[in-house]
Parts: sequence; structure tokens; C-alpha cells
Amino acid sequence: MLGFLQRPVVVTADINLNVVALTAVGLLSRLWQLAYPRAVVFDEVYYGQYISFYMKRIFFFDGSGPPFGHMLLALGGYLGGFDGNFLWNRIGAEYSTNVPVWSLRLLPALAGALSVPMAYQIVWELGFSHCAAVGAALLILIENALITQSRLMLLESALIFFNLLAVLSYLKFSNSQKHGPFSPSWWFWLVLTGVACACAVGIKYVGVFTYLLVLGVAAVHAWHLIGDQTLSNVRVLCHLLARAVALLVIPVLVYLLFFYVHLLLLCRSGPHDQIMSSAFQASLEGGLARITQGQPLEVAYGSQVTLKNAFGQPVPCWLHSHQSTYPVIYENGRGSSHQQQVTCYPFKDVNNWWIVKDPGRHQLVVNNPPRPVRHGDIVQLVHGMTTRLLNTHDVAAPLSPHSQEVSCYIDYNVSMPAQNLWRLDIVNRESDTDVWKTILSEVRFVHVNTSAILKLSGAPLPDWGFRQLEVVGEQLSRGYHGSTVWSVEEHRYGRSQEQKERELELHSPTQTDVSRNLSFMARFSELQWRLLTVRSDDSEHKYSSTPLDWVMLDTSIAYWLHPRTSAQIHLLGNIVIWASASLATLVYALLFIWYLFRRRRRVCDLPEDCWLRWALAGALCAGGWAVNYVPFFMMEKTLFLYHYLPALTFQILLLPVVLEHISDHLCRSQLQRSLFGALVVAWFASACHVSNTLRPLTYGDRSLSPSELKALRWKDSWDILIRKY
Amino acid sequence: MRKEIRRGWDETHFGKMGSYYINRTFFFDVHPPLGKMLIGLAGHLSGYDGTFLFQKPGDEYEHHSYLGMRGFCAFLGALLIPFAYLTVLELSQSLPAALLTAALLTFDTGCLTLSQYILLDPILMFFIMAAMLSMVKYNSCANRPFSAPWWLWLSLTGVNLAGALGVKFVGLFIILQVGWNTVSDLWHLFGDLSLSMITHMSGIRQIMPHMPSTLHWLGLQVTVGKHLTARILCLIVLPLALYTATYAVHFMVLNKSGPGDGFFSSAFQARLSGNNLHNASIPEHLAYGSVITVKSARMAVGYLHSHRHLYPEGIGARQQQVTTYLHKDYNNLWIIKKHNTNSDPLDPSLPVEFVRHGDVIRLEHKETSRNLHSHYHEAPLTRKHYQVTGYGINGTGDSNDFWRIEVVNRKFGNRIKVLRSRIRLIHLVTGCVLGSSGKVLPKWGWEQLEVTCTPYLKETLNSIWNVEDHINPKLPNISLDVLQPSFPEIMLEAHMVMIRGNNGLKPKGNEFTSKPWHWPINYQGLRFSGINDTDFRVYLLGNPVVWWLNLLSIALYLLSGSIFAVALQRGARLPAEVEGLSQVLLQGGGQLLLGWMMHYFPFFLMGRILYFHHYFPAMLFSSMLTGLLWDILLRLCAWSLASFSLAGHVHTLGILSLLLGIAYSFYLFHPLAYGMVGPLAQDPRSPMAGLRWLESWDF
Repeated sequence: MLGFLQRPVVVTADINLNVVALTAVGLLSRLWQLAYPRAVVFDEVYYGQYISFYMKRIFFFDGSGPPFGHMLLALGGYLGGFDGNFLWNRIGAEYSTNVPVWSLRLLPALAGALSVPMAYQIVWELGFSHCAAVGAALLILIENALITQSRLMLLESALIFFNLLAVLSYLKFSNSQKHGPFSPSWWFWLVLTGVACACAVGIKYVGVFTYLLVLGVAAVHAWHLIGDQTLSNVRVLCHLLARAVALLVIPVLVYLLFFYVHLLLLCRSGPHDQIMSSAFQASLEGGLARITQGQPLEVAYGSQVTLKNAFGQPVPCWLHSHQSTYPVIYENGRGSSHQQQVTCYPFKDVNNWWIVKDPGRHQLVVNNPPRPVRHGDIVQLVHGMTTRLLNTHDVAAPLSPHSQEVSCYIDYNVSMPAQNLWRLDIVNRESDTDVWKTILSEVRFVHVNTSAILKLSGAPLPDWGFRQLEVVGEQLSRGYHGSTVWSVEEHRYGRSQEQKERELELHSPTQTDVSRNLSFMARFSELQWRLLTVRSDDSEHKYSSTPLDWVMLDTSIAYWLHPRTSAQIHLLGNIVIWASASLATLVYALLFIWYLFRRRRRVCDLPEDCWLRWALAGALCAGGWAVNYVPFFMMEKTLFLYHYLPALTFQILLLPVVLEHISDHLCRSQLQRSLFGALVVAWFASACHVSNTLRPLTYGDRSLSPSELKALRWKDSWDILIRKY
Repeated sequence: MRKEIRRGWDETHFGKMGSYYINRTFFFDVHPPLGKMLIGLAGHLSGYDGTFLFQKPGDEYEHHSYLGMRGFCAFLGALLIPFAYLTVLELSQSLPAALLTAALLTFDTGCLTLSQYILLDPILMFFIMAAMLSMVKYNSCANRPFSAPWWLWLSLTGVNLAGALGVKFVGLFIILQVGWNTVSDLWHLFGDLSLSMITHMSGIRQIMPHMPSTLHWLGLQVTVGKHLTARILCLIVLPLALYTATYAVHFMVLNKSGPGDGFFSSAFQARLSGNNLHNASIPEHLAYGSVITVKSARMAVGYLHSHRHLYPEGIGARQQQVTTYLHKDYNNLWIIKKHNTNSDPLDPSLPVEFVRHGDVIRLEHKETSRNLHSHYHEAPLTRKHYQVTGYGINGTGDSNDFWRIEVVNRKFGNRIKVLRSRIRLIHLVTGCVLGSSGKVLPKWGWEQLEVTCTPYLKETLNSIWNVEDHINPKLPNISLDVLQPSFPEIMLEAHMVMIRGNNGLKPKGNEFTSKPWHWPINYQGLRFSGINDTDFRVYLLGNPVVWWLNLLSIALYLLSGSIFAVALQRGARLPAEVEGLSQVLLQGGGQLLLGWMMHYFPFFLMGRILYFHHYFPAMLFSSMLTGLLWDILLRLCAWSLASFSLAGHVHTLGILSLLLGIAYSFYLFHPLAYGMVGPLAQDPRSPMAGLRWLESWDF
């Protein structure tokens, strides 16, 4: 029992000093003077505002990607005790003392630093020499663009970190496949692959490309596994199931977890509420919830309601009417009914209130007990302030002449009868007898006489309509579209018999007492859907570039300029590494095709295991470059140089692989090999030199004279800032 | 076909273009010309004179003979059925499978409707199917390479590829499919060591057993090289030549100025008779006092334009609008003036002064006498750009009217050549560049395109302009015949304009649009003609039985295909009969599935507006897959039930019941295609009552 006392306690540690040393220099390069400059640098102004929102737990909506990256940055702020009080409005603004700059920048910098030893391990796990592995790590270490990007509150370094982690853990997993399937370390690396993939996707959607690449490689390996007839069917099935769980199910769960935490953290209403549906807004503290809290759930005859359009394009708005009428003759000569205008108005207003009326009765108050309105019921909608009825008829709408005009009916005695009956159509009903519910029900109003559907056309009316949005009756409705769907946002049971009283009632805030909770999945799916469908207007930017500019570094981005001196931070890569990495990719592709063709003719230049290593390295590194680069050609958003960095990292990993291959297999004599080795050393020295020369622009720590800056402008397209005195 | 005397829907479009060919007037369309040319030809041969004004859907044809054009499209549409039949027969070697396919297509209301009208789709589908058929045929000739049928089918594939691409750019997908097939074919040949050993090479091998490996490698490639050359010739060179030829014919036939002129560059227009640049003689160098039009170098943007309308309130300063406009108009005319004097440069006493690179000028709008002006107000649509307006009264404005004119890639002091010089206009005060964003202004801007002044001095075509018309009585006119662009230049330009046109077809605001995922489930049709109860209505909708069977079959195919693939990979020994069936399923079916995916998935990536009828080429492939799959599944059923006495009939009965079911469903739905009169389907008195199986069908 006390056996451990009889034998000495032995801890055998297997420490690869290469890894330790690389981690140390990685940390040194990324963390050195991390809190400098104490000013907002470039996109920090963008991510910073979200950090503040997290600190204050206010809901925000950022269409650029999922929330994990923002949360990581916010974690830094949390650890540093940031209270979120900083106005992120201008690049170059000095940080106030309450902003813990160092800890805010710490996590991206750590991610950047750890990429260095990971590069070493990836190349080693791919089956290449330690020398090549150290080379890959050193290249990552001295790559100026990677250093700059990871020293600031930006997401790329974390994205690169998780991309590399996914590849590394997949390699570890597939290497342990040979000797110990289903061992703890096998499971660990397999699960870590899935988690790392999910993290990469959670930071930016482009992470999905690396995920797909890893999935592709895993699928090929699994296919070979299926073909392996030494394994029993059950065992193959176990292998496949394990992979499916770890690489498909776990990433989805982790991804959901990000959103869960995100929504858990952001529980207060904020400036972006308007983008979300009423139900979502009601689930946040403050804001709409304060108004809607405790509203009666079921809409009844006599209910006073505001109706919000579900589409939210061009702006979220409410069904509205006011005293003004349509002009008798429009500018283009067409006529109107001259009845009262019905529009959609993007602000809260007393004129947004409508009363649901039973066509068979005259009263505008709710009975006791209330009679709920159900799917398929015929209703009239009375405009609260003017007591006119919502009406549509066969008159062309002001801006959409193919649709019907919607008005509040005024009887001019001109043989134009009132057509004010609407059939209620609950779109998201569970059964055909569903009750119309506040906020939750999405309803359409189908006109009884003409079967037109009440729709927001989205066109802004001219001056006579106060630039409010046009509402029409759409006769040729083609299935479901958000612009025909309305939901009740504010709701109360009407109590006043007289119009005067009712006007007072309409002006008063809504009261009452029930609270409403939306499930996590509903909130998640709505948020995810908005994230994917939001259309950002692509604004031009001074430093935007096209993917073609990236390969040879034909562009740069000025991140920050010291307010007085010409010390500046500039996103600028190490041109030697960029050019040689691109060249290496080309050489790899050519060699690969050459070998492939020759193998097809049964001429094997490489031993089988060597060929497999070569192909796997290409699939992961060259493939990683391609999947992270090519899709940008099809993207319509504004692109910047830093979008290339994940692709570049993979390209850099390929570089030592190609060099080692050339030295091992293409140099035929020892002499050639030595010569090539000398060349590589010279090339590496030049890369170090370039890195050192560009260092002032990377760290922004030293002010260079204008002539020095001019001398650094190796390409005309580099926008290095030179002060004019 | 005869009864339906009104024109449906897109017929306005393509019928009109047929007329343009007959009248030889130049027009612009986003599709390549072959399809419309064929329609025009069919019309011409059948005696249509091109005088009917295709104005809006639903007009009566009256006395015009349109039947030739319709008959032509219908004929091509009808040919789809035998093509599909032959393709499946070739792939599966099974008559029932081919019959089933043919029935699916014959009894599909969608294919029927689509081929009844003057549309590009029947022509496109004809070429796609013909290409597929010839590809399958030449694959089956693979054991007799370089024989006459082999050459015939290979070159026919090429011809049909050119045809498909020449009708619509969607033809690219079948090219990709054939390309993929060819590459894998060549890869196969390349790996076949026995094939390449041609006799004299082996002789050399015997003489020189230690021949260097490269030579050995090269030497072996002779036969493979022959295969490669044959394919390059037939599948790349031949289609390209034919495709180019269609454009040559297109430009030769359309030699009169027409509605499409403004979409094209100045040099292009000089080719068209009737255009004012045709054989034009105008002063060569720009001088002060000249009246000019300025055209954007970006294609399909048009001329710098202004008119007597102000920017609406809330959109920058309330000054006169400046836009670009694609059509020729008096409001496109501008007078070029010196920035600092207002003296009339056309005064005969003054010497002619040429405008030079780097001069500071003022551009005065001729009709309204306002100066081209910009200032620090945001442009109406593009963020961070400045607004461009017309400002000043009778040419007197302020310093914001001054622009520096620069010639791109020229030295200082050069004169500015009309039509040739590519110029930029730089605003003196703000330093921004005059450009066109290519965005369409809302109603208040008459849907012309936005002009902005961009502070980003990047060199893009947006900010480059050229002078097109040039009137100056003091300068001698010289002939500009030398301008004629070469044929490759015209081709390139026509393609650029088409691609831009295609990208410009975006859904507007809150319109209902068809989404690719709607299509295979037959979610919603397209109203061809007629809306109300009393109208004669035709509704483009697939026969739901056929389409849902297709959908089910794709799922079944994926399932059965992967079962077979995994079984083979696991090294399972299959009985000979099943082995054969699985080969057909994996290879023949694989090609059809690839075809379906190629013609369907790319639409998910397209930004342009999409319509239901875009799915039909994919639907053809999916129907062929259905035919092939059910035949195999029923055979497998029969085989596994072999111990029972009735097993032999399972296959026959299955096929027969499928055929009957499809025919009956066609009987139910045929009014969709042949036209229906009477109340809408939700009314129980309608002939289509009870057939509105999905709420979204609105017939």
C-alpha cells in the first residue's frame, strides 16, 4: 500500500530544448514593449468598441463574424480589470489610464508567440528533419507582418494559432494512429483537432476553409482505413464513428457554446437592438423588454397594438398612418384615391397604434373575459388616433404601380366602397386554431375582397409622404417573404370607450406584468441567421487591396503614426520571405506534378514513404495556403493585406519542406548539397537582415528620418508615411 | 402552340432580338449571340419580317408569322427526349431505363412549357444534351480510338459545346463536365503502360537498354500525345473557332446603329453605320471652347450627364444632379473652358488654344450653363466619396468648379486627343478624382448612374474618361477611320460588357426572388401569361410527381452508391450480376450525378437575379439519373428475390407502374402547359381544383 515509499518517485521529463528556446524567443519578439504605443492602433478602434460592450454586458451585433474572437479579446480586458469606459472613435487617440493596454494585447500576442514553436512541431510531425522544423519556426519568428499583427488587439494571430493547432493536432493524431489507436493521447489529439477547428471558425468565418481542409485529409485517411482489410468491420466502424464525433459533432457543440457564452454575457439592450426581432429584443434587459414586459400575451378584439414589419429592410419600421392624405395627382400624372396615407415609420410614435376590431361589433374595447383573435379570423384594423379603418382597393400604389394602394378609408361618397376586411394568417402557427400572440406570432394580413397581402415595399415616399416608407397591397404574392410579415410589438387591452380617453390611453406607456423568455436555440438561430445575411455596404478604404496584390506584397497598411515624430507602425511583410515562399509553392507544385506523372508511368523517383510524406506536406501546407487564399477572389467585401496572413503562414511552413527536399533528393553529390546549404544560409541571413531593417516600422519604437523612410520604400506601392516639416 | 396567340413573358425579350437580327440593328444583351441568331434565322426563313413590336407580354401577334420561331424552339425542345433516351441507353445498356427517362421528360409539364415559346432555354438544353450524348458515345468508342465514329462523336462534342456556350454562359458547366471527363480519360490512358509501347520504340529499347530515363519517358508518350492532340483539336480548338465564328457573324449581321450603342466604347461604335462616329470626321485635338461628350472608360457606364433636376433634400447640397447616362442625349454635352476667364474662346479674333495635360479647366454643361462642381458633401450612394453637382449661373461659379485635366501615362505638355487619350479630372480644391461608381441612383435620379469624386487616387477604370464627340468650328475635321478596333478587341469588349451586364442583374429591394433551393422541390413556378380568372393562363411548373421522384432518386442514388463504393473498398466479393449493375450505377450514374451537380450548385454562388427556369438543364440530368437508378434498383430487387416464383416480374411491373403513374400525373397537370381558362385553383370550380398541392403554387 505504501509501495511508493519503497521505490523512489521518478519523473521522467522529455523536454525538447528546441521547443523551449523557440517559445522563449517567440514570447520575446511578441511581448516586448507590448503596451507601446499607448494609443489606438488601426482596427483596435473597431474591436475595442466590442470589448467595451462585453465589459458593460451590452448586446451588440457585428456582422463581420462569430463572437469567439471578440470574446477572447474581451477576456484580456476582463483579466486586466477594464471597465469598458473608453470612447473608441479615432485611430491614434491616446488610451486613458483605465485601459489596461498590456493585458488587452496579451492574448493575441501569446497566440502569435506560440505559433512559433507550433510551426516547429508541425514540420517535425510531417516527418521532416529538426533542421527544417527549426527553419520554419525561425521564419515565422522573423516575419514582420505576423509580428505586427499579433502585437495588437486584432484577431488574425488567434486565427492563425487555431489553424496551426488544428493541423498540428491532426498530425499528432494520425501519427499515433499507427501504434496506439484509441489510446488516451490518440483521443486527446483527435478531440483537440475538432475543438481547434471550431475555435478557428468561431473567430472568423474564413477559419472554415482550414476546417474543410482538415476534414478532407481526414476523409482520405478514413477511406484508406475502410480499404484496410486487416481490420474487422466493427473496428472500422468504431474508427469512423470516433472521427465523426470528434470532427463533426464536437465542433458544432463548441461553436454553439461560443454563442451560448456570448448571449449569456450580453444580456443588456444596446444600440444594435433594432436589427433583431421584437422577440429577441424582449429577451434583453432594458430597451424593448422594459416596454413589453408584462404585456398581455394573446391579442384580443379591442387590443391596441403596434405592428412591426419582420423584414427590417431598409430599416425596421412600424405600420403607421397620419392625418395627411395621398395627393390627388402624383408627379407622374397618375391619380390616387386621395384617402389617408398608410406608411411604415421607423420611429416610435403614437400614430403607430392600431386597434384590432371585430367587424361584427362596434366596440373598441376588450371584453371581459377577452376574446382572443385566432388564425383565419376576419378583423378590421382601426387607426388609433384617427379611428379610420385600414383599407386597400384597386388603385395603383404611389411608387409601386403594380401593387394596390393601402389607405385609411375616408368616405368621399364617390362610389368607392370601403374594403376594410382582413383575414389574419399566422405564418408560424402550430395548428390552425392558434391564437395571435404578442411578439411571438408572425402574421400576414390577407385582404378579403382582393386577396392582396399587406406588404412593405420599402420605397421611401416623396415629400408629401414625409419620406416614410411605402406600404402596399401585394396581389401577386409569391410565397413567404419577410416584407409581408408583421408582428405585434407593443400591446395592451383597450379600455376607453371615448375617443378623447383613448387618445390619452394611446399616449400613455404600456403597463402590466408577464415576462417572456426565448430559448437559447431560438436566439442562436436568429443571431446566426442575421450574421450570415447582413449585407455590409462595401466602403472603399484607403488601404484596401485586391488578392493579387498580396502574393508579392504590393500593398501595405499604415497602422499608426506617432503624433509628433515619424515613428510609425506599418503592416509590412518581410519581402524576402514572401517572395521565396511564393516561389517555393510554385516549385512544389511543379515538382509534385512531375512526380505524379512519372509515378503514373511507374517510374518512382521517391521511395514510397518519402512520397507519402511529400504529398501530405503539400496537402496541408500548399493546400492550406490555397484554401485560405483563393476564396478571397470570390468575396465581395473590402479586403486588406492582413487577410492574407493565414495563407502566408501555411506557405512559410512549406518553404523549409521544399528546401529540404531539394537538398535530399535533387542535389546529387555531397558538393552540390554543401553548396545548396551555403545558399540557404545566405538566403536566411538576408531574410534576417530585411527583418531587422524593417523593425522600426514593425514595432514603431524608433523615429526614422525622412531620408531613411524614403530608403525603406522599396516598392512604389508601399504607403510609408513621411512627415513634411 | 397555334392557339396561344399572345406572347408570353420572356418572348418579348428574345423575340425582339430575333427582330433585331432581321433588321440588322445593333443591340446589347447579356447572353452570347448564337441563340438569338438562330431564332432570327428561323424567323427569317419562315417569313417573319421583323416588324412586330415586341413591347409587352400579352400583346396579340395579329398577322405576324411567328410560328416559324416558335416551331423551331419547340422542335429543339422535342429533340431533348430522344437525346436523353439514347444517352441513358448508352450508359446503362438497358432499354427500360432509357424508356423511363424518356417518359419522365415527355410527361414533364415544365419542359413542355419551356419549349413552346421563343426562348433561349430550349436551344441551350438542346446543345447541352447533344454534347452529353456525343460525349457518352465517344466514350463508348474508346476501344476503337481514331476510328471514324470515334472522330465523329469527338468532334460533335466539340461542336455542341460551342453551341451551348454560344447560347448562354451557363453552357460553361457542360464544358467543365466534358473537360473533367476528358482529363480523367487521358489520365487513364496515361497510366496504361501497354498502350504506349509502340513497336519501333520497343525496338530502340532493345538496342539501347540503358537509354536515359527522360528520353525513355518522352519516347513512351507518342500515343498518348496523339490522344491528347486529338482532344485538344476537337474539344478546344474547334469549339473556340466556332464560338468566335458566331461572334464574327453577329458583328457582320448587326452593322447598323441601334439601341445597344451606348453600352460600348467609342471605338466600337465607329463600326456601326448610322452611328455618328461611323466614318466621322472630327477635330483631333481638344481645344478650349470645344463642345464635347465625356465617356467613362469603364464599360457600360456611359456619358457624363447633367439635367435640370436638383439632388433631393437631405442628399448632399441641393444643387443640380450630375450622373452618367448610357444613351445619347443633348444633356451629355459639355463645353470646355479656361478656369480663370469667361471670354468666349470661339471668338474668331482669338487664336485656337489647345488643352494640354495638367491644365486647369472648367466644364460647363451646355444645356443648363452650370459648371461641373464638387465639394465636401458625401456622395448620394458611395460612402466617403464626395458629391458632384452642377453649380453656378451662366458659367460663373466658384473655385470648386476647377478641375485639372490629366492624361494617363503621358508626359506634361501633351495635347489631348479625342477618343484616344485616357484622361482623369482631378478636383483642384479637394484633390479628389472624378469617377463613376457604377451604382444606380434611385427614382429621383431617373435610375441613371452615380457620379462621385473619389478621394482615393487609385488607378481604376472608374476614374478614367475619354472624349467622344468633339465639336469645334475653328478646327479642321479629320477622318477617324483609323480607329476601327480589331476583331479580338471587339470580342473582348463584347464579353466584358456582357459580364458587367450579367453582374448588374441584381434583385431590387423587397422583390420576391427565386432561390436555388426552391428549384428541385418544385417550390414555385413562373407565370408565363395571364393573371386573372378570364385570362388564358400558362404556368411554368414542373410535373410535381416527376420532380419529387427525381429528388427522391438523388437521395437514393447517394445512399446506394455509397453502399456499393464502401463494399468494393472493403474488398467484398459481389456476384457477377450485381458487380455489373454496380459498375453501371457508379460510373454511368456518377456521370449523370456530376452533370446535375455541375448545372445546379454553381447557382448558389451567383449574385445575379435567378429564375426558376435556370434549373431545367440540371433537371434533365436528374431525370436521366432517375431512369438509370430505378432500373438498377428494380433489377437488384428481382435478383435478391430470385428464390420466389414471381421474381422475374418484379422488374417489369415496377417499370410499368412508374410509367403509368407518370403518365397519369401528366394528365392531371397538363393544363399548366397547354393553358387553362377559368377560376384560379383555390376555387373548387376551377379545372385545377385540388391540384394546388403546395400553397406557393399560384396558378
